[in-house]
Amino acid sequence: MNHHDKRMEDPRYKIANKEALIGTALVIVNFILWYGFAYGLGSGPVEEYDYIFGFPAWFFYSCIAVTVLIFLLVILAVKFLFKEVPLDEEDEK
Amino acid sequence: MNWGVVIPLLLFLVIIFFIGFYASKYLKSSADFLQEYFLGSRQLGGFILAMTMVATYGSASSFVGGPGVAYTVGLGWVLLSMTQLATGYFVLSVLGKKFAIMARKIRAVTLVDFLKERYQSKWVVILSAASIIIFLFSAMAAQWVGGARLIESFTGLSYTAALFIFAVSVLVYVIIGGFRAVAITDTVQGIIMFFGTMIILVGTIIAGGGIESIISDLAAENPDLISPYGADRSLTPVYVSSFWILVGVGVVGLPQVAVRAMSYKSSRGMHRALIIGTVVVGVIMLGMHLTGVFARPVLPGIEVGDTVMPRIAMEVLPAWLAGIVLAAPMAAIMSTVDSLLLLVSSAVVKDVYLNYINPEASAKKVKRLSISVTAVIGILVFAMAVQPPDLLIWLNLFAFGGLEAAFIWPVIMGLYWKKGNASGAIASILTGVGSYILFHSFMPQAFGMHTVVLPVLLSLLAYILFSLLTVKRHSDIQKHVFQKLWSA
Repeated sequence: MNHHDKRMEDPRYKIANKEALIGTALVIVNFILWYGFAYGLGSGPVEEYDYIFGFPAWFFYSCIAVTVLIFLLVILAVKFLFKEVPLDEEDEK
Repeated sequence: MNWGVVIPLLLFLVIIFFIGFYASKYLKSSADFLQEYFLGSRQLGGFILAMTMVATYGSASSFVGGPGVAYTVGLGWVLLSMTQLATGYFVLSVLGKKFAIMARKIRAVTLVDFLKERYQSKWVVILSAASIIIFLFSAMAAQWVGGARLIESFTGLSYTAALFIFAVSVLVYVIIGGFRAVAITDTVQGIIMFFGTMIILVGTIIAGGGIESIISDLAAENPDLISPYGADRSLTPVYVSSFWILVGVGVVGLPQVAVRAMSYKSSRGMHRALIIGTVVVGVIMLGMHLTGVFARPVLPGIEVGDTVMPRIAMEVLPAWLAGIVLAAPMAAIMSTVDSLLLLVSSAVVKDVYLNYINPEASAKKVKRLSISVTAVIGILVFAMAVQPPDLLIWLNLFAFGGLEAAFIWPVIMGLYWKKGNASGAIASILTGVGSYILFHSFMPQAFGMHTVVLPVLLSLLAYILFSLLTVKRHSDIQKHVFQKLWSA
């Protein structure tokens, strides 16, 4: 029955499933960078912090640089990986 | 009364009313009243979709409560707030096309419509409609209290008068314009939130003598204000990370957010919304919470967190500009409330009345009923907010996490796992809501994580376990569901 299902399935779902995975991958990348910079650079004593543009380095990377990087990754993902498909039934045929 | 601040706010209200009247034209001419009133006939373009998502999600807590906590806790709270960046892209990429396509196949207008067709079970419908009505009603009342307090704080009106102004403004445009009015006003409100955030941040940095001097003032007062652990070192990495579930990925389960994923016109609109939404959420969350922290050296000694935002705006900006900036939290609250109001009405009319009480109701009757239900709910919320009962305050504590725990798996697994069935969904909703209330009462912040985390995990287990245990019992229905939702 499973094989049968696959053949019958709406072909647009393959694209949709892939894009859901891309979204999930972005969250994982986002989390790792956010966590790594914040606690990698921010765990030591405050007196030994480095500063970038006036911000403590951990904060600059984790909250500002990563945020900008995610903006870029989202733009790239949408431009190059996401596909346009018709959503309505009528347009499909 | 501070007229410099009040006049921009009045202007803001006037614009919002005009949008309501503009949208009401569509409502009169639309062939399908329900689709238009509750979903704007699925006509949203990318920009409006992004803005209505952000504005619905960004509420009193992002603009009033959040910056107040950041003021006390320091940069650690900004770190925590940035977990919300994920909502910008995660909701639309995960619900994305699949939800939009499925919703069109079955002409779903509400989240419950989707669940009804996906699970073909009366109990799924009743449980989910009930959770939406109970939780969102209380969440709405809490937001109205916030809105009224805000008006009270900068106009000097009494609380009840402020509440009345707030209630009437929201009710008028939601009732005459429906979802389209909500989405367009959300867009205006989102734009105000976006620019308001930037203005207040820049104003605060200038008033504090630059970032460097603000940071060194903070460090001099208490070094932990600029550490990721918070002023009293109570923000552990595990606790902060658990907010990725509550305000990051879990947002997928919020009905007011999910329903927007059915409303867009095309996949091109969805793509644009993904980009715009992420940028707008990122800027607002970073800017608002950073302003809260930076306000500390500029205006030391504020005791009540909720007053940080209004006070810093009036301190660092000229009155007319403060008025525009203070329209931002107003806008945030209104744009959340209007969506909730419409959603609760849709649950009553579409999910309960048309499903079980009177499926044969005439178009004219549905129209009259939708509008009067919205009005009655609005009046009820007003009555509750005049003097919020304890039960309501208690329920509101669970509104956000409770709805997430209830809906996240029935929605996500319903979209991506064909074996998921009604027994799994019912088990998941009951486990999610039930265990959330129990954990909250008896074991809050278990293992150092936010209380929502374990209920979300447990409800996933319940969903999978009960779906697998009942494969045989549901096999006929599942074939039918596959035909309807999955086949080309």
